[in-house]
Amino acid sequence: MHELSIALSLVHLAQDAALQAGAVQVKRVQIEVGAMAGVVPEALELGFTIATRETILESAELRVTLVPVVVFCSPCGQEVEPTNSLSICCPLCGTPSDDIRRGQELDLVSLEIVEDPLNPEQPL
Amino acid sequence: MTTRLLELRSQVLSKNDQVAAQLRARFEAAGVVALNLVSSPGTGKTAFLERTLALLIAAGVRTATLVGDLATDNDARRLARSGGVVRQIETHGYCHLEAAWIGEHIAAAGWDLQQVDYFFIENVGNLVCPASYDLGERIRVVLLSATEGEDKPLKYPVLFNSADVAIITKIDLAAACEFDADHAAANIHTVRPGIPIFATSAKSGAGMDAWLAWLTAQRPSP
Repeated sequence: MHELSIALSLVHLAQDAALQAGAVQVKRVQIEVGAMAGVVPEALELGFTIATRETILESAELRVTLVPVVVFCSPCGQEVEPTNSLSICCPLCGTPSDDIRRGQELDLVSLEIVEDPLNPEQPL
Repeated sequence: MTTRLLELRSQVLSKNDQVAAQLRARFEAAGVVALNLVSSPGTGKTAFLERTLALLIAAGVRTATLVGDLATDNDARRLARSGGVVRQIETHGYCHLEAAWIGEHIAAAGWDLQQVDYFFIENVGNLVCPASYDLGERIRVVLLSATEGEDKPLKYPVLFNSADVAIITKIDLAAACEFDADHAAANIHTVRPGIPIFATSAKSGAGMDAWLAWLTAQRPSP
């Protein structure tokens, strides 16, 4: 259960970026989690609720997009999506791949931020 | 009040990854081979490391070891008997180690990396959480014991997939556990193709020579 640690990293990262952009509040956090990122989204959501307390992300919505595993299969010469979510084996020929193209992401994609126009900290 | 979308696209663990990259650069500059040992609790990481350290030190190689556990310094005391420098990291409940702690403990121990050939990090016993955290190691070692069964790699593919080398421990118990080492090796290669695998026993010393030879070959050429 390392999702609380990851949620704390996510909140620090998001808060720093939001404050730098002059935000007074963050309403939504969009992340991408790969199937092989080693992170359970439900546990991350719980950790997020705890980690956002008393920050400008408090009560923000966490939107998680799951990214399936995509590997490059050399024998087949193409990118393929394994049948099982945690497998790296080609569904066509069964060969395990050592070239994982997608599915390991743990990325902060975007934030929906609220700015106070009466007190612009960073005029754009 | 106005609302707007702020596009970012950054890795959530980028801070840990940056610290890990700095550590890796320090290890490389000092000619240190850094290894991160991961496995479930009870696989025999400490016994394997004790034997490895004893063999390395007998060969005149300099080692430094950090060992992570939720509580107690039992493992550090065991490993210190090998004669190398050892320091315990008590995580106080954390299920994994993070890169920043490695740097802090090297500083607190006052270790000079120029005086170290191999730097071992024995991670917290856990087959899930340590996968996400780069500790600046060059080689990630995953261990699996004969008593755990051949299908462990299939059950925990994320961690096994992140490894550079795999060690099967307690191979002296294989017959008693009806453990099929070839089947286990095939399962490891299903989730992580092509990595070297060594079947070992810290008790009998079986397989340790081959592992040591591989480890020696990882030293940077002068």
